[in-house]
Amino acid sequence: MIAVLTLPLLFGMLGVILPAFGYFPALGGHEVGLAHFSDLAAVPGLARSALLSLFSGLGATSLSVLTVVLFLAAFAGTPVLRRVQHFLSPLLAIPHAAAAFGIAFLFAPSGFLIRLVAPVLGIDRPPDLLIPHDPLGLALVAGLVIKEIPFLFLVALAALPQVNLSATRQLAASLGYGRIAGFLFLLWPGIYRQIRFAVYAVVAYSSSVVDVAVILGPTMPGTLATRLLEWMSDPDLAARFRASAGALLQFGVTIVALLLWHATERVGRVALIAARDRGARCRRDRGLRWFAAGTVLCASAIVFGGIAVLALWSVAGLWQYPEVTPSSYTLKTWIDVLPRTVGPLWTTVTVGLAAALIALLLTVGCLERETQGGKKAGGWAPFLLYLPLIVPQITFVFGLQLLFLASGTTYRLSALVLVHLVFALPYVFLSLSDPWRALDTRYDSIATALGRSRLASLLVVRLPMLTRAILTAAAVGFAVSVGQYLPTVLIGEGRLATITTEAVALASGGNRRLIGIYALLQATLPFVAFLLASLVPALLFRNRRAMRV
Amino acid sequence: MRSTITRILAAATLSACVSSTATGAEFDLADWPQIEQAARGQTVYFNAWGGSESINAYIEWVGTELRRRYGVDVVHVKLDDTAHAVSKVVAEKATGKDQGGAVDLIWINGENFVSMKRQDLLLTPGWATQLPNWTYVDVENQSSILADFTEPTEGLESPWGGAKLVFFYDSARTDKEGLPDSARELLDWAKKNPGRFSYPAPPDFIGSSFLKQVLSELIDEPGKLAKRVDDETFARDVAPLFAYLDELHPVAWRSGRTFPKNYPDMKQKLADSELDIIFAFNPAEASAAIAAGELPDTVRSFTFSGGTLGNTHFVAIPYNANAKEGALLTANFLISAEAQLRKQDPQYWGDPTVLSLTKLPESARDAFMALDLGVATLRPNELGPVISEPHASWMDRIEGEWQRRYVESN
Repeated sequence: MIAVLTLPLLFGMLGVILPAFGYFPALGGHEVGLAHFSDLAAVPGLARSALLSLFSGLGATSLSVLTVVLFLAAFAGTPVLRRVQHFLSPLLAIPHAAAAFGIAFLFAPSGFLIRLVAPVLGIDRPPDLLIPHDPLGLALVAGLVIKEIPFLFLVALAALPQVNLSATRQLAASLGYGRIAGFLFLLWPGIYRQIRFAVYAVVAYSSSVVDVAVILGPTMPGTLATRLLEWMSDPDLAARFRASAGALLQFGVTIVALLLWHATERVGRVALIAARDRGARCRRDRGLRWFAAGTVLCASAIVFGGIAVLALWSVAGLWQYPEVTPSSYTLKTWIDVLPRTVGPLWTTVTVGLAAALIALLLTVGCLERETQGGKKAGGWAPFLLYLPLIVPQITFVFGLQLLFLASGTTYRLSALVLVHLVFALPYVFLSLSDPWRALDTRYDSIATALGRSRLASLLVVRLPMLTRAILTAAAVGFAVSVGQYLPTVLIGEGRLATITTEAVALASGGNRRLIGIYALLQATLPFVAFLLASLVPALLFRNRRAMRV
Repeated sequence: MRSTITRILAAATLSACVSSTATGAEFDLADWPQIEQAARGQTVYFNAWGGSESINAYIEWVGTELRRRYGVDVVHVKLDDTAHAVSKVVAEKATGKDQGGAVDLIWINGENFVSMKRQDLLLTPGWATQLPNWTYVDVENQSSILADFTEPTEGLESPWGGAKLVFFYDSARTDKEGLPDSARELLDWAKKNPGRFSYPAPPDFIGSSFLKQVLSELIDEPGKLAKRVDDETFARDVAPLFAYLDELHPVAWRSGRTFPKNYPDMKQKLADSELDIIFAFNPAEASAAIAAGELPDTVRSFTFSGGTLGNTHFVAIPYNANAKEGALLTANFLISAEAQLRKQDPQYWGDPTVLSLTKLPESARDAFMALDLGVATLRPNELGPVISEPHASWMDRIEGEWQRRYVESN
């Protein structure tokens, strides 16, 4: 499993490092040197691009972590949490690009929100305001935050059972602490320790994201990742050297972002300890609690609202400013497009299922060894697991392409499954490991005591009891595979099209109707997977009362 | 895994030594029936921009026809940028994959063509002029068919369609009387209507074309543009262009602090009332958008009486294509009267033909004359003179200069 995670990374990095230092014979690069780095440094606005990447990465992470902390602190252990969980989970399934398009249309100066008030305020022409694409990248940060909140929320939720919530809450309350202060002082450090790698993944993702940055981010100049993509597709092929050097710079920027985040963690800890030692009780936190709830609600409303408006676009005829709804409706776009989605849908589902199943097998294998060995993998293991999520995709996937070409493999579909596996595996492992470790090992002991083999006890006792968790993990893996863009385009060599690659290709045409259809399809696939993951156990265990949820 | 490392290194070294071996033609262009026979059963991976549904549908129709007539499968590999297909061929060359490449046919012109030609990435020797349907091609009047961005095509790419810069406006909102008739007048118009005009940021193809249009109108000696950029005089040559842009940006959409992404983005912004004058490289774009319900039927077109930029787009075959015969067959079908007629029909695509009506048989000519081009499309005689594309080196240099001036200062 370690090989599956790290070898592709190693080769990918190699494929970027060689051309960055000038070695790429096909383009006449034989001399090893730093020429391409000085070429890179001469690019106009490079420093600004790198700073933007850094800023959007750290900004998006701090805001989403802060929101999630406050919300958990205010509502962990209350019925509100369960209700929120129900509508935040589907948010995870909505692809970043689709959500970003929704936001762009909601908030643009000719967008949906302004159309709502335009007749009242008499705005007959859209105002000339720089939203989105504002030079500071605030729109980009906002777009990232509303998608990272559900991710961090669900990760933190998974860590909640590891702490003694209700008893600690009672203790804090009896000592006169406010809900938020009590949670922060006593519970949060324990939870954060478990989710910190997920937070690192958010830092890395936000500082190197491409699709969201293209849709919402600044353009003059853009973030480093968007400019990298430009160079990688520059007709002047020599630009690929600069792109490779830039890919290494992106790697550096992400590392710096991670280091700065690490420093932020320290500062946060010191501040928390100082507040605790001063005895701050912060009892009047009702306003803050409602603020946290409001932020989370707003974030989900924006994503759902954006998708709803895009869905409306997919059936819209002519829809001009300042009309709030389309002046005519038509199914023409759907009728034209649907037949052409059959091939990509098939590829998406095949690759997604294969990657999810293999990831599941590997995960179960690892976890079962761990159960048998009786010791939890410590030290570097969690870090390795998160490595593919922390190294910027754009840096190593380009190098990977070379590997597949060089190996002369004709098994393109298998190659694609393998690459998706690299990204699906960590998520599958993370989502299954907690329920697996939480299951009482005495069940296994009883089975063994009754004379069953290890394998039999795994198949007859452990796996059936974990059906729900296993199916959910598979659905997570499937969803991750569905969302992959860069690896699919590069490794599939364009011959293997998935819904996501089609969606991004069409997004370059900026047609909101098509984007609407593909965003819905993109969101539907993971949604169906999660639905099955919750329905199948209900059906299987309809006669087992204790197995119902 | 070890053997893979060895293979990469070996492949890299190999391609370094044998950088370009001539790919011996295994077919005879003079013997067309034999090519048709060899193509049967092949699958042609046609790499073409996939951002327009009408174009995608047209390519799908091409596929059905080739399947029916010659038993050739055409798969449309939808690209968001043609350069991705170019990089794919580069990557294949890097690893010594000189046969059975992933790209069979590629939709291309200008910079990408020049780049592929220079790197010996195209099927040689020139084949396009020997295609059976070449006899109908309008080489006499459309100079850009033989010189793509002044780079001689030498039969290395086969023409597919024409393009000309045309402006659109919504007559329900903008007065026809005040419309500009030159780049200078466009600037004056923008000053009177601040925030209502913009152009896609280079290196977007349409945006760079706008810069070239302005440069062609303002440069002191237009003859210079046909030649390679002269480093000595470059700064002086482009000074009028950037003086123009410096004046334009403060009155442009969003004060020139951001730019539309591409043509479809401008089209959406025309419908959103954000922009009042937009432009495209296809005279039929507006009619097609009206038919698709994307623009209101009050949109109309205009060009400059002094002429606007025009060029040709092509299909080319990489040197290592897997289905060369199938690709040749497809390229030939694309310049058949039937395929070109459907392409010019705004109901399907609306792209101007590269064929000469006078060379066509009478029935085909009548069919072309009878086409309803749509309410917003100018007739061919109303399109005005064509300004030729500058030498490909200009585009690079202008884009670079634009980045240096405007990306940094923002």
